[in-house]
Amino acid sequence: MVQRLGRRKFLLYGSAALGTSILLKACGAAPEGETDTDDTETEGDEEEEEGDDEASGDSGDTIKVGILHSLSGTMAISETTVVDAEQLAIKEINEAGGVLGKQIEAIVEDGASDWPTFAEKAAKLIDQDEVVTIFGCWTSASRKAVLDVFESKNHMLWYPVQYEGQECSKNIFYTGAAPNQQIEPAVQWLLDNKGTQFFLVGSDYVFPRTANTIIKEMLAAEGGETVGEDYLPLGNTEVTPIITKIQQALPDGGVIFNTLNGDSNVAFFKQMQGAGLTPDKYPVMSVSVAEEEVRQIGPEFLVGHFAAWNYFQTVETPENEAFVEAFKAEYGDERVTNDPMEAAYIMVYLWKQAVEAAEVADDLDAVRLAAVGQSFDAPEGPVEMFPNHHISKTVRVGEIRDDGLFEIVWSTDGPVEPQPWNQYVPETTGFACDWTDPEKGGKYEVEA
Amino acid sequence: MLPLLQGLFNGVSIGSVLLIAALGLAIVFGLMGVINLAHGELMMLGAYSTFVVQNGFKILGEPWSSIYIFAALPVAFIVAALVGLALERGAIRFLYGRPLETLLATWGVSLILRQFVRSANWPLLAGLSLLVVLFFGAWVILTRVLSPEQWRSRRLVLLLTNLGVSLGLAITTAALLWQTLPDDWVRPWFGPRNVDVTAPAWLRGGIPIGTFQLPYARIFIIVLTVLCLVGMYWFLNASSWGLRIRAVTQNRDMSACLGIDTGRVDALTFALGSGLAGVAGVAIALLGSVGPNTGQNYIVDTFMVVVVGGVGNLLGTIIAALVIGSFTFIIGSGAIALLLSNAEAPAALVEFFNFFATTSMAKVMVFAAIIAFLQFRPAGIFPPKGRTAEL
Repeated sequence: MVQRLGRRKFLLYGSAALGTSILLKACGAAPEGETDTDDTETEGDEEEEEGDDEASGDSGDTIKVGILHSLSGTMAISETTVVDAEQLAIKEINEAGGVLGKQIEAIVEDGASDWPTFAEKAAKLIDQDEVVTIFGCWTSASRKAVLDVFESKNHMLWYPVQYEGQECSKNIFYTGAAPNQQIEPAVQWLLDNKGTQFFLVGSDYVFPRTANTIIKEMLAAEGGETVGEDYLPLGNTEVTPIITKIQQALPDGGVIFNTLNGDSNVAFFKQMQGAGLTPDKYPVMSVSVAEEEVRQIGPEFLVGHFAAWNYFQTVETPENEAFVEAFKAEYGDERVTNDPMEAAYIMVYLWKQAVEAAEVADDLDAVRLAAVGQSFDAPEGPVEMFPNHHISKTVRVGEIRDDGLFEIVWSTDGPVEPQPWNQYVPETTGFACDWTDPEKGGKYEVEA
Repeated sequence: MLPLLQGLFNGVSIGSVLLIAALGLAIVFGLMGVINLAHGELMMLGAYSTFVVQNGFKILGEPWSSIYIFAALPVAFIVAALVGLALERGAIRFLYGRPLETLLATWGVSLILRQFVRSANWPLLAGLSLLVVLFFGAWVILTRVLSPEQWRSRRLVLLLTNLGVSLGLAITTAALLWQTLPDDWVRPWFGPRNVDVTAPAWLRGGIPIGTFQLPYARIFIIVLTVLCLVGMYWFLNASSWGLRIRAVTQNRDMSACLGIDTGRVDALTFALGSGLAGVAGVAIALLGSVGPNTGQNYIVDTFMVVVVGGVGNLLGTIIAALVIGSFTFIIGSGAIALLLSNAEAPAALVEFFNFFATTSMAKVMVFAAIIAFLQFRPAGIFPPKGRTAEL
């Protein structure tokens, strides 16, 4: 009965295959949903499920919060780890009795490394799931994409990643570093210790470009020199032209300031080593490479290079010991903790404290006001929420060791106060942000 | 002299990555005319095979773990070729001569493959294999047991019942396994996160020449590309299957009349092109990271190379890859701007080229140049001539 398929047969089989795939999809969703809720619920809370369907964020037995990160796509390498940290904090809070006597229920959405998707999912979480706050985003591009959604709906986003500053939204709390808490101290440290000639490499989107503007202004002010800069489209892995430019601009070695994000880092460091640019002549200072990225790039490509963060797994505080231990107990011994994860972990606690201070979860204005001034003994050291919706943080520089962790080679004496509007960039010099005073708002000029 | 040598090497090394990625497509798209948008995913499967082989050899210990790359090459070739074969037999062969449908179907396959590496785990694999075995097994048995008339009259009902039963059993099994197996078995093999492929130590350094160093990984890729080219040239021009492939691409009907099994030739050609994509996957794993989206970064470039080279012409593909590679390098590294400023060209011109001397802007320039080039030679560097051109 061997016979070539005619068109009619093909249509038949085709529709059968289509039907199969639809069925598979429908059935495939079920187990996945189960695993999701497994993560977010503690045992014995199964009755919650029924209550949620009609509930708004703050009724019934749970308080609903959203988690919005890229679980797929080029940013998944970094963002999935942040989700783990947020889930850990939520689990700990739930085990300790929850917030205002209620359990927190997290609804996880995938932004898929695609900025319009982030905006869509944010609107979905707010309108459909009626969450009381959202923890989310990594890249500045995704934050800018959801900014409109949060401002038009007057909602609340907690953002855990160091970023380029020059923004101060009433609707966002920034628990990562502002430039003066990461980039500026890193540049200063490089100028003091490593040389004055800088080559800037970054991914081609808003964070690296704004960060490099700040670095260039700062170098001009502090006696350094920018010898070149280049930007890679996200996901691009061909870095040969950049390496050639570095060799031409810095024939005798110099500092490379790296703001690449995502998997371009892998290509960059692999090919740097292949081209013989070693850390003794060309030290690279990265601001987006932390423990998790080191593990995935491979420490053998990174030993001797530097990174500037507020937190490293090797920070020695009792809070950090507890955090690392809890994280490893939850996700496995081989996992590492890093700065955005720590920022994500503490932001859940800061939100919890704000809700408790406001004594209500779904009155966002009250929570917003109560959040300012909250302080927390974070793994990185004490932090405090400032009226500009950023937190004070300790700054550290680490050198990558061959075990993939960081040797902390420098740190500030205490927490550095956040400055969202950069004081080196002429357009924003003298500006500040204060959301506790309606007169001042997001951008006002400080009187000298 | 040295900068020139360095520039030449860098241009060739970018070109060779493009070429090895485009080589499989030159066969599939060039010779067979199939617009295979899943080509990038076949490369990705090659890269993931490298990852699996690397981890397997790590367990074996030292002398083995440094040569895993040589085992990864055939494994990647075979994995990608088998997936390509299944793709051709399962979907593409029904769509020959209908480029739009092929395009959509292969795009769908690329999405499926990307999601597959993200969520692949044992229960899923068990469910899928069970479904395939039950469905096709029952089909074969039914056609054997029933007389042709019976079969023809009740085909629809039988097949749908068969599908429903197989599907139900497969899903139940997968769900049961999902619930009962320990976590280690349910965990996705790779997950959505990128995985780390580390070149063996001997591929990590480079040969120092003056201030500049020839990276071993790049040399390895250039050598690999040359070997693939030579192998393919030999296969197409000196083997009997190559002869058949060329005959079928030149005149399908006449070849069929002369007794060539064109269906088999199609399957073989497609598998060969897919296998080469797998080998390209090993090469790119040495340069960048390996993740579900790895293939997407290359798919546009590979089509660009084949189109510029002239569909159906391997020499054109080689030249196009090298020219595009060198062009990207010269623009992106700012060599033109440097040259012009040394030659005291007008400042505006130097500024113009400086503006394009970043990686993303160089891409813009390369695309603009290709569009301009295709205006003059719409069919590429070597347009198809003679009878093949009329097909």
